[in-house]
Amino acid sequence: MGPEILRDISFHIPRGSFQFLCGPSGAGKTTLLRLLFLSLAPTRGLITVFGKDRTQILRAELPLIRRKIGIVFQDFRLLDHMTTYENVALPLRVRGREEASYRNDVVELLKWVGLGDRLHVLPPVLSGGEKQRAAIARALIEQPEILLADEPTGNVDPTLARRLLRLFIELNRSGTAVVIATHDLHLMDQVEARRMVLAEGRLDVHD
Amino acid sequence: MSTTDQTPAVQRTGSGAKTWRRPASIVPQRSVAGHALVIVIAIMTFLSCLTLGAVTLVRDTASVWQTQIAREATIQIKPGDGIDMNAALAQAQAIAAGFGGVRSATIIDSAATARLLEPWLGAGLNIEELPVPRLVIVTIDERAPPDFAAMRQALQASVPNVSLDDHRNWVDRLISMAHTTVMIGIAILILMLAATVMTVVFATRGAMAGNGPVIEVLHFVGAESQFIAAEFRRHFLWIGLKGAAAGSLAAIIVFVVFAWWSSRNLATPQADQATALFGNFVIGTTGYVGVLFIMALVAGLTAATTHFTVVSRLNGIDIGRTDHD
Repeated sequence: MGPEILRDISFHIPRGSFQFLCGPSGAGKTTLLRLLFLSLAPTRGLITVFGKDRTQILRAELPLIRRKIGIVFQDFRLLDHMTTYENVALPLRVRGREEASYRNDVVELLKWVGLGDRLHVLPPVLSGGEKQRAAIARALIEQPEILLADEPTGNVDPTLARRLLRLFIELNRSGTAVVIATHDLHLMDQVEARRMVLAEGRLDVHD
Repeated sequence: MSTTDQTPAVQRTGSGAKTWRRPASIVPQRSVAGHALVIVIAIMTFLSCLTLGAVTLVRDTASVWQTQIAREATIQIKPGDGIDMNAALAQAQAIAAGFGGVRSATIIDSAATARLLEPWLGAGLNIEELPVPRLVIVTIDERAPPDFAAMRQALQASVPNVSLDDHRNWVDRLISMAHTTVMIGIAILILMLAATVMTVVFATRGAMAGNGPVIEVLHFVGAESQFIAAEFRRHFLWIGLKGAAAGSLAAIIVFVVFAWWSSRNLATPQADQATALFGNFVIGTTGYVGVLFIMALVAGLTAATTHFTVVSRLNGIDIGRTDHD
């Protein structure tokens, strides 16, 4: 077992809230997001997700819970053999839904994130910013109750970063709780939002 | 003008085709590892099928040897002072023919005996001048053979200088040799199948290695484990079937070509030699059923390996998730 990355942390993410999770590189932001996404278990401590103790969550229940959580990975994790449209539609497709039932929703969402003309392009052809927006669209397609975004503006220029931020704010207005992990102070200064600051394994919450 | 003409084409390329294509398979379809897997499966299936064919051929031939040699017995009468050879032969023939399980008893006449000895003693031989033993060939119903001990006793009681050879020694040795040959063949087949299983398992795992990120993404977008496993299983079952079918087909072609060659060269010296050793060089129904079995085994194995690799990968992700559970 390695060193403790996070300790003595206690916080609550209310429904429909908007917060930044910030701190220097290596502070443990990604680890905390993985804990929230249930892709990592704490060595000790209690995590309650949607009112349920995570130690009580069975392996078979995980996919159902993950469907309520949208996640944007720092490295996008788009599938290179699928088009932008197919990548974004993937969460719906794996649930066995007919394509005709979601095609319009996916196209609308891709237009909303500014990828309306890049529907049939494979990820290797997309720019970093376009990949980022495709990854965000995939996380949003199921209208999750909470969105976790790991450095979503890390690969884009300031203009696009502002545009993505507006996207998250708009999403939040529609009722989704948003957690954005970033170390971009300039980005955080643009919005009055709760800040959760990680440093040396501890968390300070500034409401 | 040329710029204006080119721009739409670039845009079209950049945004892809306007028409909706069939959704891409969830598992990447084309990969070098996938092609290599098809080839490996085809080769191993082909070798396994050939081994199986060879084993069935040896087994069938061994059984033919046994029945052929057990089909006859020989009564031998040695010449001696005061023996009326023709009377003794006729008496031996009558005694043998009187036993149940004997189909016929034929005296090898002087001319035939001379022909038998011709390679050693030359032509123009007067057989009556030499003290040559004479034979009666007894043809036996191999399903209900006669009581050889009783026949031997009856012959010895009535015919002088007589002996009965029921080829038991030869049959016993041949049975033992045939069993050994078949056992060696089965051992080789088991080794070959084991090598095929191992090769297919490792080749499948190798081909699956590149799909780790796909499995993870599917897992993280909320796909259930059974869905992910089924997608990969179906894809790799198809790969396994393609490879196994190619290998089996190649093996069947080899069998058919051998059978054709064997029938075409019937009654030639080469074919006679081969037929003496290997029978008709024809793979029977067992061989073809075995080929289908190997094909199904290899394809099923590929799918099963894929399933366990996916499940193991998913468990690996979940172990990372639940290392404190």
